[in-house]
Amino acid sequence: MRVHDHTHAAQGALLDWLPLALIVLITFTYLTAAYTQRHKATGWSGWRSSFFTLGSLLLALAVAPPLMAWAHHDLVGHMALHLLIGMLAPLAWVLAAPITLLLRTLPQAGGRRVAALLQSRFVRFVSHPVSALILNIGGMYVLYLTPLYSASLDNQALHYWIHVHFLVAGYLFCWAILAEPDVSPHRLSLRFRLGVLFASIATHSLLGKLMYGYAWPRGTDHSLEEIQAAAQLMYYGGDFAEVLLAVVLLTLWLRKPVERREGLFKNAERGISRVRINT
Amino acid sequence: MDNSTFTQADSKRSLWAAVLLGIGVMAAVDEIVFHQLLQWHHFFDFGTPTFGIISDGLLHAFELLAIVIGVFMLLDLSQRKRLTIPWAKAGFFLGMGGFQLFDGLINHKILRLHQIRYGVDPLLYDVVWNGAAIVLLLVGIWFYRHAKRLGHR
Repeated sequence: MRVHDHTHAAQGALLDWLPLALIVLITFTYLTAAYTQRHKATGWSGWRSSFFTLGSLLLALAVAPPLMAWAHHDLVGHMALHLLIGMLAPLAWVLAAPITLLLRTLPQAGGRRVAALLQSRFVRFVSHPVSALILNIGGMYVLYLTPLYSASLDNQALHYWIHVHFLVAGYLFCWAILAEPDVSPHRLSLRFRLGVLFASIATHSLLGKLMYGYAWPRGTDHSLEEIQAAAQLMYYGGDFAEVLLAVVLLTLWLRKPVERREGLFKNAERGISRVRINT
Repeated sequence: MDNSTFTQADSKRSLWAAVLLGIGVMAAVDEIVFHQLLQWHHFFDFGTPTFGIISDGLLHAFELLAIVIGVFMLLDLSQRKRLTIPWAKAGFFLGMGGFQLFDGLINHKILRLHQIRYGVDPLLYDVVWNGAAIVLLLVGIWFYRHAKRLGHR
């Protein structure tokens, strides 16, 4: 807890509440738009609004200053926060279909601009499961196995930027794997997306073991016991989040009517997967 | 549904879905009982070679997805009315026994991820562990022959 001890002025305290204020603002905007859509012909599912609120609550819990302060000097707290910001909150937000809501709410010209942006090369690139995996888990390798983590303890801006990175990367990853309810710019088979999820579980559990066994991140005043407890939380917490993502993915799959359900493996239900592409 | 309407592909899929479930269940038992409750297994064994550490990540990912995919494949087959129970039973036990034997021989002995218990001579534990695996496999084989006799293939 280096930065906070030295420079905790009233101005700093106010800045600490900024993320929370932003989350409240975003949630208020979503719920207002959802309320407006409810009264239109197409309607808006209450489940989606609930998922968005859940995601916001998880995120608010993570960025509330008391928890942030805990996370700043305890690596276990940092890991718990990371799990909320990088995996659980984004999953709930993805299930809330915010892009669909945005497209429905905006006037035509604005909607077209957003739709064009979604088809842009950049968005197509970062929303691909493999890029999202690299941004997400690759980002974790860079953070914990380089001096970046210890630098983030001394630099408030870097600290915020890292959290934003994991929120965005986590969102992109969950969206890329589920490819719904917001329509994905990619049409990738369920098998491929499960394969990427497999790679994600393998790489994050490997990172957990490396941190445990070789005492990463280094250059901090965390004790070995603290690092090992944090590494185990990353390992099991990451398992939980990724198994949850797999369960959500396959639940969405099982909810589709039998005749439109894509086969899980190559030679199963060839014809059915072809039908799905046509529809 | 009348048994005779099941095809060979249905039997095969029921078998493999249950194999995945069996692998996942056994891996979960291993994690819950031996890692967490008894704390015999260690999270990290400093004697593990690098190759073992890396393959552990892949095996772990496979085990987690096996249980999830196994359950959903069985649900899918059952919704399609294509689940053949005798083949699924065989697959479940073959999956459990197969995983147990793999864990006992490859994970513990070749990759040396961790031993069954520390501070004791592991030989007896290894014998019991792999013996249990063989019993599960024999049960699986018995169900397999039983399913074959019923003629779902």
